[in-house]
Amino acid sequence: MDMLTTKGKTPSAEEMELIRKFLDDTTLFLGPDPEIMQNHDLMPRSAQEDAAIAKVSDSHVVAKIRDRIQAGCDEGYEMVEQMGAAPGAKWGDVITGVYSASGDLAIASAGGVLIFSALVHHPIKFIIKNWLNDPTVGVKEGDGFIHNDSRYGNVHNTDQSMILPIFHEGELICWVASTVHEGENGAIEPGGMPSMAESPSDEGLKMSPFKVVENYQIKRDLLTFLQNSVREPKLQYEDMKVKLFACLRIKQRLEETLKSDGPDALVSTLRLTMENVRAEVKRRVSQWPDMTVRTYIIQDSTLRENCVVKINCKLTKTGDRLIFDFRGSSPEFTNRATNTIVAGLKGMLAQVFLCYVWPDLPRGQAAFAPIEVITDPHSIVNCSYDAPNSQSLMSIFTGFTAGQHAVAKFLYSCPEKFTKVHAPTFNMINTFIWGGVSQHGETLGNLCADLNGMGAGATANRDGEHALAPIFATMADIGEQELNEEEVPFLQLVSKKMTRDAIAPGKYRGGQGYTMMVATKDSEQWGFMTTAQGAKIPPLQGLFGGYACGTYPLSKVQGVDVYDVLMDEPEKFRHSIEEIMNEQPFEGARYTTHHMGMGFEISKRGDLFMISQGAGAGYGDLLERDPEGVVRDIEEGLISPDVAARLYKVVFDHTTLAIDFDATEAARAAERKARIARSTPYADFVKKWNRTTPPEHIQYFGCWGDDVGTLYMGAPDITRRGDEPRPNYMLNPKDVRIAELEARLVAAGAALDERQ
Amino acid sequence: MKVPMTEYLRIDLDSGKWECRVCDHVIAPADGNYKEGLLVHDRDPREIHPPIIDPERYRYTFSPDPEWVRILEFCCPGCGTQVETEYAIPGHPPLWDMQVDLPALKAQWAARGADQMPDAGPAVVPGRSHAH
Repeated sequence: MDMLTTKGKTPSAEEMELIRKFLDDTTLFLGPDPEIMQNHDLMPRSAQEDAAIAKVSDSHVVAKIRDRIQAGCDEGYEMVEQMGAAPGAKWGDVITGVYSASGDLAIASAGGVLIFSALVHHPIKFIIKNWLNDPTVGVKEGDGFIHNDSRYGNVHNTDQSMILPIFHEGELICWVASTVHEGENGAIEPGGMPSMAESPSDEGLKMSPFKVVENYQIKRDLLTFLQNSVREPKLQYEDMKVKLFACLRIKQRLEETLKSDGPDALVSTLRLTMENVRAEVKRRVSQWPDMTVRTYIIQDSTLRENCVVKINCKLTKTGDRLIFDFRGSSPEFTNRATNTIVAGLKGMLAQVFLCYVWPDLPRGQAAFAPIEVITDPHSIVNCSYDAPNSQSLMSIFTGFTAGQHAVAKFLYSCPEKFTKVHAPTFNMINTFIWGGVSQHGETLGNLCADLNGMGAGATANRDGEHALAPIFATMADIGEQELNEEEVPFLQLVSKKMTRDAIAPGKYRGGQGYTMMVATKDSEQWGFMTTAQGAKIPPLQGLFGGYACGTYPLSKVQGVDVYDVLMDEPEKFRHSIEEIMNEQPFEGARYTTHHMGMGFEISKRGDLFMISQGAGAGYGDLLERDPEGVVRDIEEGLISPDVAARLYKVVFDHTTLAIDFDATEAARAAERKARIARSTPYADFVKKWNRTTPPEHIQYFGCWGDDVGTLYMGAPDITRRGDEPRPNYMLNPKDVRIAELEARLVAAGAALDERQ
Repeated sequence: MKVPMTEYLRIDLDSGKWECRVCDHVIAPADGNYKEGLLVHDRDPREIHPPIIDPERYRYTFSPDPEWVRILEFCCPGCGTQVETEYAIPGHPPLWDMQVDLPALKAQWAARGADQMPDAGPAVVPGRSHAH
């Protein structure tokens, strides 16, 4: 019998039903559900919502209730911010919200990290799909669910949510949730965002949504298990309580609305708010020009090694459709942590609109719901279940910048604007993550809130603001370092001092970043890590002739106790990275520079670690910059006189800073002529410039040019098709370094005669 | 009708051309890549983002690595205005960054009318702050 051509009997409908029931009854593991995780649009209207809208749809009633719920969410947000133990909570890395019975986020707190607004609906939908009718779990009044695993919906595993169902007379009518960047989660490095993670198993706690609260009480056995799994057990407990009580406060506000207006008014308000926002977004998109905008942003490291990782973005608007196409972006890394799940990317793209384009819209899931996103499977912006993603910020932030850069080119010509056209804001978390045993004997792991001090991009009519806000939360704080220092065994010896000449020039320049210098003082068990890209290639693009920021390295001074210097020879201390590294004032110390992906490193008392926050991008031709603005930048220590004169072609007296306006005009006219003289017509330029494959001296990941179907994987001869996943392993950087050193030994004539 | 598309570029809907808003130079067909009508300079990024710490002694200096990234500067051949920049991997073909659907743009502005020209966006006006 020919086995290959023999066909089995087609199962009957009855047999198919039996097979389906068998599979349903014997599911061995409820992993992340692609049906939930790949969808960011609103759920269809439910019968409950239809019935409610039929009874209540008056726009004044809806607006009144929406404002009350918004106030309740803001109240919950304030509670978490004031009472939360995590540094992230104190500085606004928080959100609270009310979700429909189907799980969509209808209304979120105005402040905080709005990216969560696009991400916490996933675990709620998981609970609805899997636990609501499961006899071993169920969803009852007084229950609360916890969650952190980003593969079930989240940015990364540092963020924990508390989720409560809200019932009215026995009927589930909505959900409330509170989410906080908690930091510590028991991963292989402290602080919750391990860049050393080579698989999801290195990333610490992986909480799929589960019930941790019954009768409004946290279950002590589960709490103890969670505390036992992280480095900060007290923080784990305190913040679970804080989130629970914030949810209960929002619940109280909802119950007041239920009493005054009834359940139909509440359900109708939640649904109509989302539907109206969704419709308004489509109307606003339709006002944009029909166009395709292309851009790309480069990540210059995996945080373990320097390489070129492309985030490719094509944004197309047709009618009222807006489509982000990220195909051609780098393949996922099988053993590097910079991948993101696609929902994380969508969450950050939602931030482009909620924070920078349409900040007037009610906060919620609906603002991004009608916008479409296309990616390659198993790519760095849509990674698989098996890929680590604890440093997903690297890819969602560069993805955000690609979106922000592309959107600006649509907005310029629109008569109706809701914000100014905006060059990209700085996008890297240039801060110190820290951990160890504190001066009080406590085990800690978290980070400085300086990550919130990203420089803003310039806008169409003004300079970018310095150290303004993080791209993931436009209303957040950079915290009081002095308060932090009561709890941690290190000082920021220099803090909030602008880094001179780390500039993004333009007609309007980008807002700049500030220097941070830290040194451990009162602990032998304390260390730091940094997790940012952009030490070799800027992670931004400029806008309309403006320039991006420069690059930002990590500098270390080791073999010195800077506290002894400050005590014995304080005149030797310097307050800028420029002076310390160039003057090398501490004898016998070792001065080194590094990319910004420093794995967790134990520090000795008095070792200096120095970094800078980054600048937002510049806008427009720098020769159009107001000469007085250039001199103001010199006076404020943002740019040195020589650099200002050379770049901006402003002629001024270097002692008095008096501007010679006529000479400036002449110098700028000469520079415009010089530009024309040194530049080449496009057609001639591309003949010499364009290459058919990536350069061999760079490990390059992603598409090259217009061929988005072919993804390079580190070398010109290693590729995969965009739609055909392949493993993409990186070597251990230490092995690479050992091989380099061995090659040098061989070249120098030293025999490597060990047995192989 | 002429529609401003960027700080320095507009499209003349009647002639179907990209034009320079500074010197009125006609750059390229509006259904094509405006960069094809501009001049390009391959800029060493260290000239714009100067090293803050000594490049003779340190590997990382606050300056981008010129072997890893270049700045493509696009300027108008008429007036030398820098219309756009592109931070590019060496040899990476420049992007066709704004591919306009010209018939749709014409239809949109025909319906909208010339009196609705774009402006800079909403301003924060002193004295109009929220108060109780």
